[in-house]
Amino acid sequence: MKGREEIAQALAASGYIADAELATAISLMQLLRRPLLLEGEAGVGKTEVAKALAQAHSTELIRLQCYEGLDQSAALYEWNYQRQLLAIQAHHGEDADAVEDRIFSEKYLLERPLLAAIRREQAPVLLIDEIDRADDEFEAFLLELLSDFQVSIPELGTVSAVTIPHVVLTSNGTRELSDALRRRCLYHYVDYPDVDRETRIILARIANASPSLSLQIARMVQEIRKEDLRKVPGVAETLDWAAALVGLDIRDLNDAPETVHETLICLLKTHEDRARFTPEVTQRLLGKVA
Amino acid sequence: MSCCGTNPGFEEIDEVSRLVSGRLAAFLRTLRDNGFRIGLAEGRDAAALMAEGYAARPGLLRSAFKHLFSARKSDWEKFDGLFDAFWLGKRVRSRSRTMASGQAANSPSLKTLQNGMPEPSASRSTTDQVPSSDDVPEGRSGEGRMEGASRAENLAEIDFRKLADPDQVAQAHEAAAQLAKVMRTRLTRRDLARRRGYRLDLRRTIHRNINHGGVPISLVKRQRKDKPLRLIVLLDASGSMGMYPSVFLRFIHGVLDEFREAEAFLFHTRLAYVSDAMKEKDAGRALDRLSIMAQGAGGGTRIGESLQTFNRWHAARVIHSRSCVMIVSDGYETGDAALLGREMAGLARRCRRIVWLNPMMAWEGYAPEAAGIKAALPHVDLYAPANTLQSLRALEPYLAKL
Repeated sequence: MKGREEIAQALAASGYIADAELATAISLMQLLRRPLLLEGEAGVGKTEVAKALAQAHSTELIRLQCYEGLDQSAALYEWNYQRQLLAIQAHHGEDADAVEDRIFSEKYLLERPLLAAIRREQAPVLLIDEIDRADDEFEAFLLELLSDFQVSIPELGTVSAVTIPHVVLTSNGTRELSDALRRRCLYHYVDYPDVDRETRIILARIANASPSLSLQIARMVQEIRKEDLRKVPGVAETLDWAAALVGLDIRDLNDAPETVHETLICLLKTHEDRARFTPEVTQRLLGKVA
Repeated sequence: MSCCGTNPGFEEIDEVSRLVSGRLAAFLRTLRDNGFRIGLAEGRDAAALMAEGYAARPGLLRSAFKHLFSARKSDWEKFDGLFDAFWLGKRVRSRSRTMASGQAANSPSLKTLQNGMPEPSASRSTTDQVPSSDDVPEGRSGEGRMEGASRAENLAEIDFRKLADPDQVAQAHEAAAQLAKVMRTRLTRRDLARRRGYRLDLRRTIHRNINHGGVPISLVKRQRKDKPLRLIVLLDASGSMGMYPSVFLRFIHGVLDEFREAEAFLFHTRLAYVSDAMKEKDAGRALDRLSIMAQGAGGGTRIGESLQTFNRWHAARVIHSRSCVMIVSDGYETGDAALLGREMAGLARRCRRIVWLNPMMAWEGYAPEAAGIKAALPHVDLYAPANTLQSLRALEPYLAKL
């Protein structure tokens, strides 16, 4: 995969409609061998990028979901202590060195996502999801790994990367990331898609969605995003809504304003937002869309 | 590079590449001046990209550079304009840094801030006007520490607005900075002392006890890591606040400098994010930068709208489960009081505590009559006066409990 068009096509084939800028970012990612940092609101499809990328490369996707308190033993590697203990007891009386060699071997090593990612024959896509949820300390550790791509395990020695994985990091912006990490990565801000792209996304993802209905849905969602909402609906919500409308056999939004209003629960996820959207508001927005 | 000197066109090519790399270096400098954080590695990669053939297609190059050089959303949005201005010669609307210093002088609100806040530079100008004061500080310190201590004691009880003598103002600022420092160290110490493991970590216990043959003799507990308290300060810098903002700014500067996690915002009719500017070590330069950001002050205070902006754009990023929002304002709302109430409710849902400091509260005969403060009060956890250093100090035990 070299050119941007090919990348966009390959992503499209795996169900992700990328804009030109994202395609550039991914081609750069391969050219410069830098990780890609995706930022954006929840629900704009950041994680999907990594999934589609893995499919386009026809390689494995290794995912590390970050959370508060995530540490090395959950992210990198850990010894399988239970098995080690069993082994010690089973080989009771054996020479101490032999036991040691036995229990600190590959067989007793539990591979966690980061270690797994650098030991694959074919370079996988490593998705480090919601890096902003992890602690500062973990971020610093990650930075080191991302620059050297090697891990030292005291009992085994240094494990160098067999292949350099394609690294995608995502962040929701719940915490400010360190400048060092930002500098290390290519940056792409994933925005809500425009009407045209959202239409194509609906068409790609929802079977049986007609082009005209998809366009109407995309426009309607665009209008809804302009309203002052507590939780702005993302692409995932749009797809839910489209699936609901298609499932209810709606051909044109203007045919069934009540159904449209009722199915808005797919998009509006808080009580306040729901209360704001009276049938009149829905009617007004429908008027703009038609 | 000199290895291929036999090539006839070499000097020419060399000349061109020197021009290009010179231009690229200038572009990187422009970006750095505009707040981009760019290291050597990025410069090298950029050169590699240009050599790769990206240079022939400006649109593609722009997009490629944008990904490479941007590190945050604000960079991302700013980049295209800067690129076009530099490479394509289009005019760009604002070059933040260079224009800033010129505008700073014209901003009315900031002038008042600056007048109230004797920075090294500002105090120098006062000494110019009053020649005799030049040697006064020396003489003071010569008088001995005892007097200084009692002076500070007095200062603690004087209402900030009654501080007239520039020297006194300077001391108040010093004390405010000192106070911020002391508060911070105490808070963190308490934080540490409270930590204690409360759950058994089974995996680690087995690991630890391998050398006992697996008999769990020493137990490993899991400790919950306490998040340090994050302080978010929203400071009202409108005209009705008079002299107060200047002392608070100094306090906030101290807090931001010393707290591991703190953010500051300034509002009058708009909301401005000022943490970056306030992180400048030197208080004088911090204020200079601040003046740039708080342009367009003047009529009234729109607390409700400012909070709305905060809730909508900043809250998700700056507020976490151990956050305390501190609003410093007199509560004179010129906008819609109902909006203020709504936004306060929204804010209360997000953060752990809201402290509202009202310098006017200690005035004789003051009652929270203003519509704004009436709407806001139901959502406030602590409503306290903050007109003297002593009252600021009284906050510390409260913050430590959070």
